Parts: sequence; structure tokens; C-alpha cells
Amino acid sequence: MLEIKDLHASINGKEILKGVNLTIRAGEIHAIMGPNGAGKSTLAWVLCGNPAVEVTHGEIIFNGKNLLEMSPEDRSREGIFLSFQYPVEIPGVSMVNFMRTAVNEQRKYKNLEPLSAADFLRLMREKKELVEMDNKLTSRSVNEGFSGGEKKRNEIFQMAMLEPKLAILDETDSGLDIDALRIVANGVNKLKRPDNATLVITHYQRLLDYIIPDFVHVFYDGRIVKTGDKNLALELEEKGYDWIKKEVETPVEQ
Amino acid sequence: MEQQYIDFYKEYHTLIKQHSAALMNNFRDVAFEKFERLGFPTSKLENYKYTDMSAPLSIEYGLNINRLQFQINPYDVFKCDVPAIHSYLFFVLNDTFYPVNSTAKQHLPEGVIIESLRTAAENYPQLVEKYLGKLSNEKNDGWIAFNETFAQDGFFMYVPKNVKLSKPVQLINIMRSDVDFMANSHNLIILEEGAKAQLLVCDHTMDNVHFFSNRLTEVFAGKNAVYEHYKLENTNILNTNVSNLLIHQEDSSNVLTNVITLHNGMTRNGIEMIIDGENCESLLCGMVIGDKNQDVDNFTEIVHKKPNSQSRELFKYVLDDSSKGAFAGKIQVAKNAQKTSSFQTNKNILLSKTAKMRTKPQLEIYADDVKCSHGATIGQLDEAAKFYMQSRGISESEARLLLMFAFTADVMDNIRINALRDRMKLLVEKRLRGELSRCEGCMIC
Repeated sequence: MLEIKDLHASINGKEILKGVNLTIRAGEIHAIMGPNGAGKSTLAWVLCGNPAVEVTHGEIIFNGKNLLEMSPEDRSREGIFLSFQYPVEIPGVSMVNFMRTAVNEQRKYKNLEPLSAADFLRLMREKKELVEMDNKLTSRSVNEGFSGGEKKRNEIFQMAMLEPKLAILDETDSGLDIDALRIVANGVNKLKRPDNATLVITHYQRLLDYIIPDFVHVFYDGRIVKTGDKNLALELEEKGYDWIKKEVETPVEQ
Repeated sequence: MEQQYIDFYKEYHTLIKQHSAALMNNFRDVAFEKFERLGFPTSKLENYKYTDMSAPLSIEYGLNINRLQFQINPYDVFKCDVPAIHSYLFFVLNDTFYPVNSTAKQHLPEGVIIESLRTAAENYPQLVEKYLGKLSNEKNDGWIAFNETFAQDGFFMYVPKNVKLSKPVQLINIMRSDVDFMANSHNLIILEEGAKAQLLVCDHTMDNVHFFSNRLTEVFAGKNAVYEHYKLENTNILNTNVSNLLIHQEDSSNVLTNVITLHNGMTRNGIEMIIDGENCESLLCGMVIGDKNQDVDNFTEIVHKKPNSQSRELFKYVLDDSSKGAFAGKIQVAKNAQKTSSFQTNKNILLSKTAKMRTKPQLEIYADDVKCSHGATIGQLDEAAKFYMQSRGISESEARLLLMFAFTADVMDNIRINALRDRMKLLVEKRLRGELSRCEGCMIC
């Protein structure tokens, strides 16, 4: 589904990603862990086409297509979804209007008729239940005045509405209490299908108690430096990131 | 530039007076002297700093001082009614009130008078005399003096005590001429104690010549009166409009003013709300969508003369291309106007590097127990919000549109006529999409 080859990228001229290689197949859940500043979020930005990040080398193939040539909106329409670490507030744009526009633009891309108002509202109701989202929230402006937890829940709600092929969860667990974490993780698990994939970016292991990864990658200094199964996450939690830092940096020092 | 108008008045003042009402002529010569002294306001004056009218004033306009009638019946040609608004509909063609024909009698409630100002001044001299010029005569403004010198007619509305109009009154100003043309009209609106009315003023043009319109409107809202004044300007780039709206409020009156410019050439709105009573509510809103080299200046003043009243002001501008916007918001709180609360907001978005916005909040507070605030911002569309929408599959152009539309939403929400608000939202959306935003089915604008 997704193939990243020797990806280098920089922000404001500073190289952040220094040769990322990653392959994700349909049905898989991958987790990327790593210390602050390792470039995890930058990788997420590159995937969804944030103009602040400049790709200097490498390629990304998504379902046979060159992702780097696509606009952010086309990447979304092709099935990439990013759950933002810091969801953006948009005063004056109602959740309903925002979601209806998004869903119908996606449908247009797939040559489908726009949803009728009734069908759209039915879809909204159904997906809201999935993340136990309050009715009040969807009648407000996008993320405006939402608490941290409500914003994250809203991200998963949007994901449920858009049914992406590849969902990237960027620090979705940060700022969540244990109940909210469970609800969000349940939402993600319910949306899991054999034909889609999930990339979980996280700092801590705790989200991975709920969303069980097939692969765990350790990200350090702009690269994946170690890959393992879910046990690697436990090991990291126990030993901390210094262990990885030593392992990576030792050969360089020699 | 003034000289030709001064000479013109000296030569034709008898004719001008002959085709107007005695009550309007009463202050005409005084106004003329004032205009002779003041001239047209130039950008050298603080209050006109951002509005240079020398270009439109260099054009030679025709004036219709003989009050020749036009050969069109606006009730037949004009279908620009906002659907479902069900208004009482009236027209001012250039500067002449169009006589209301039998089909347009429109069943106004008992005692309500809607007329040509000239006719009203002749038919109800005591009523008109009590109010006409009472706000404008005091002003030391070149444009107001010019209007009082040349205006021969206008729109008159009187709503007697405790009469509430159930439908909005719609006044359409239509500019129609084969040559470059100037219109001056003086409007007078009186709401007695407990009266209620909504007035929607629409500005339209019919021809591709240069128009200059100078409108002076005086509004008197009596005790407990509720008045809403909407001005929708939807003309074209050749049109210059100077409007002075002077509103006087008595105890417990509630006045909403919402001025919206969608299409124009150059516009100067001078709005003054005089809160001369206690427990009044005043809401002054406005919005501008500008592109090409449109130029809009909203110069506003809210004067709190008595204690315990509230005012709120909200203006939003979206400017593209080389358009220019200016906003001045002066709030005066007199020494005895304690417990006043007054809040002002002006927010602006510039979509291009060549668009210009100037904003000037100005609070003069002489009382010591008041709540007042003001805020002004000039910025661009929120890039983070735009990217967030794109990441959900919304195209960049649609995301920009949603953001601009959202930006204007709170001004739209201050339209209390539902049908008009829905219509305005549609017009604004079309305008932001760059489509023509004239009313559908309108044949002449």
C-alpha cells in the first residue's frame, strides 16, 4: 500500500528526515516510536503534503501512485488521513458544513453523487456513536472551544466519516485521560479492516495496549533505526530512549 | 472643483427651490454658504484622510434640477425583490421618489406615511418641520452641506406611536441615466414612541455611465422604538456613493444598522448614532467585499450622551486585488453617561499584496464608570486552517471560500430578517466565488 524509499526532507532549510525507508501493507498496523525531535511528526506532515516541509530526496509510492506529486486534498481523496497532533480551530465554519463539504468533495473525486442531506445526517449520527461524541460538538464550529480530548475524539470521528485507506495517528494519545484514550482506541479498532492500514505515531507505549501493532519502528535522528514486533514497544518503555541512542551512536563514535 | 457647483447654485437656486419644498428651502441658502466655506472634504481633513474623491469629482455630472420624470415604471421592471421577504416596496429613481401607484398602495397600517419627502413636507408641514434637518443642520461637513444645498426630494417614512410594521420596508435607489449623472437626496425617517420598523435600502445602477450619489438620511427613534436599517450596496465600479446616516435615539430605543458593500466603485459611509436616552441598545455592523480597485470608507461615530446604554460595533472587510478599505470607529462617552458599555471590533482580511486597509479606533471617554473596548486586526487567511481542510479532501479554493464565508458570518447573523439573511448569505457566497451576485430575475441591475 505504502512504500517510502530513502526519504529526505527539511523544514526551513534544516534537514529533519535523513533517509526513511518504510513499507506498509494492507491490513497492517505500524507504530512509530521515538524521542522528541526525532522527526516523527515531520514524516506525518510529508505524507499528507504539508507545504512547510520540503522533500529533498526519495520517493513515496501510495497504491501505485507517486504521492509526492499530489496536492494535499488529492492525497486525502486517495485515502490518506492524518489525525492531527494539534487539531486546528476554525471559527465560523460549522462541523456539519465542514464534514459535508469534505465528504462530498471526496465523493466527487470518485465520481459519486453528493450525499443527500438526510443520508449525510444519518452517516454523521452513525459515526458519532462510534466515538461516543456529544451531539453538541457537531453543532459547533470546527474544534472551536473543544477540550483537548474532544478535539482528538473529533479527529477519529472525521476519520470514521472519511474511511481512509491509510490512517496516520500523530500523538493521538497525548492529552487524553484513560477513558478518552480507551474510546479513541476503540474507535480506531472498529474502523480496522483487512483492506486498510494504520500508522500510529506515539511517544508512549500506553496507546499500544489498546491498538496492538504488527510492527514497531524506533525513530531517531530522522531515520528508522530499529524495527521489531509489539515487544519492542515494551522494551522501550522499560529501558527508555537512551538505550537506543547509545546503540545508534556507538558505531559512529568508533 | 467646488466652483462649478457654486456658480451653478448661484445661477439656478430659484429653479432648485421652485422644484422642492419650502421646508427644504428653509435651510438651503445657509447650507450653500456653509458649502461655499467648507468645499468638498479632501484627504487633508482628518475625517477624510483615507478617501480621496478628487477623481470622481473631476467628472462632469448632469443634475436634474427640473425634476424631469423617467419613462420607466420600476414596479414593472424591477423584480429584484428578495424572494419570500414580502416587503413594502418603494423606489427612488436617481433622486426622485417614484409616485406610489394604486397597485403599490400596499396596505400600510393606519397612520403610517411613506411618501416623497417633498410631498410630505407640503402635506404634513408640522410633522416634517419638527424633524427635518434637526440632525444634519448642526453638522459641519462639506458633503452634508452640499446635500442640503442641492437635494430637492427624498424618501419619507413616518410610523406613529405604538405602530409596528409587520413587514420590512424596502427602498430601492436606482441610478438611471444616459450621461454621467449626480443625484442628491434627503431621507427622513421618524419612529414615534413604541413604533417598530425595518428598512432595507438597496443601491443599484442601470447604466454604464459614471454615477455619483449623495444620500443624507436622518432617523429619529422615539422612546421604546425598535428600528433596523440595512443598506445593501450592489452597484458597479463606475459608481461613487456618499451616504450620511444620522440616527437619534431616545430612552429604551433599540437600533440596528447593518451596511453591506458587495460591489461599488468608491463609497463613503458616514454613520453617526446619537444615543440621547437611557437604556438604549445600539448595534452598528458592516461588511465590505472589495476587489479590483474598489474603495470603501466607513466612518462611524457612536455618541453616548446619557447613562446606562449599550452599544456594539462590528465591521469586517475582505479585500482583494488593489481594493482599498478604511474604517474609523469613534466612540464618545459624555461625562454623565455613566454605566455605558460599548464594544467595538474591526477585523480585516487582505487577500493580495496590493490591497490596503486602514483602521482607526478612537475612544473618547469622559465618564469614569464605563465598560468600553475596541479591537482591530488586519491579517491573511489562516493557512493552518486552510491546510487542515485540504487534508480532509477539501480543495484549496473551496477551503478559502469557507474561511472567507466564515469570516463574514457574524455580520450576516446580525440581519434579523430571516429571508434577507438567507439571501445575503447566498449573495455573499456568490460574490466570494467571483460570480455575479445580482439578484436573480433582476432585469435592470
